[in-house]
Amino acid sequence: MNLVKLGNYLIPVVVLLIILYALKKKVNVYDSFISGAKEGLEMSISIFPYLVAMLFATNILLKSNLLDTIFEFTKPFFDLIKVPIEVLPMAIIRPISGNASFAVMIDLIKKFGVDSFIGRLAATMQGSTDTTIYVLSLYFGSIGIKKIGHAMWAGLLTDLLSVIISIILVSVVFG
Amino acid sequence: MMNKIWGVFIIAGILFSIVCGNVDSLNNEIINSPSEILNIFLSMFPLMIVWSGLMNIAKEAGLLDKLSNFMAPLFRIIFPDIPKGHPSLGYIASNLTINMLGIHNASTPFGLKAMKSLNDINPDKKRATRSMITFLVLNTSGVTIIATDIIAVRSLYGSVNPTMILSTTIMATIITTIFALIIDNILYKIWRKR
Repeated sequence: MNLVKLGNYLIPVVVLLIILYALKKKVNVYDSFISGAKEGLEMSISIFPYLVAMLFATNILLKSNLLDTIFEFTKPFFDLIKVPIEVLPMAIIRPISGNASFAVMIDLIKKFGVDSFIGRLAATMQGSTDTTIYVLSLYFGSIGIKKIGHAMWAGLLTDLLSVIISIILVSVVFG
Repeated sequence: MMNKIWGVFIIAGILFSIVCGNVDSLNNEIINSPSEILNIFLSMFPLMIVWSGLMNIAKEAGLLDKLSNFMAPLFRIIFPDIPKGHPSLGYIASNLTINMLGIHNASTPFGLKAMKSLNDINPDKKRATRSMITFLVLNTSGVTIIATDIIAVRSLYGSVNPTMILSTTIMATIITTIFALIIDNILYKIWRKR
């Protein structure tokens, strides 16, 4: 059976299992859902300012074409160390915005082909890490933490490493 | 840190647009982006409320405790500072599990609850604890086993084998996560000395 179709079963099955298990344990599922949903509403409202702040700043940066210009200038260097420059925008944008990097991935797939080296590399990079700066600002913001210690450095170093590992793996596995 | 990054994004973006004579599109961006952001929020927050409701059912049914008990041996090594049986472990376990299944929007309420719960045992409410940082490093290193959206895009663009990407994604995610924990550990020790 094809995995895309199988994936569609995932969420309904998870929801079904939660409700069935809860009913077996005699939980008042409706009341419980409502009180959780109320908390969810408060949570959403508390993260809204952080979402606005983060997306506002990233939109301005992404629309300014500054990053594209930097990629153009650094191209010779990356050609030299045999890193495919085409995926560099993804590497930089991935920690900032999941939606933007998803769009870059689709562009790369359209341009180079879905089963090309670049196409596969872009998909692997998109799938193997998450939006570090966005997640940190939202999660720490929601509980009012200002001093985030080494979190940003650890997150970004991990992202850099994930790019390197993706390049190596895709080269080795798909040659 | 957040102050600097946020400021740099905006200043760099605006200055570069002005230097390149892109002020018109920048202008549009500043005027239009708030409503664009509201649309993103509107598409995201009802889903968050639904999953918060389901999360509460799972919690009251004892499912979260079950999951955290299952992961307890691993969690004791990764999160040495969290007391045994603390509710935050249940939220962390479910957040990471849901991420693994690739249901990203659903995992946010669990993650936010985990942070809130971790802050209950935080002596200094303005400063991130070691466990919080480790949790977020794990979360952002993105342990995804089934990247549903990516597979969907690959099949949309006519890949001969859309799911083939899973092999490299899973390997990359596992190796990255192991390195993430090592990096987190090393940086924690460096930061503690400062």
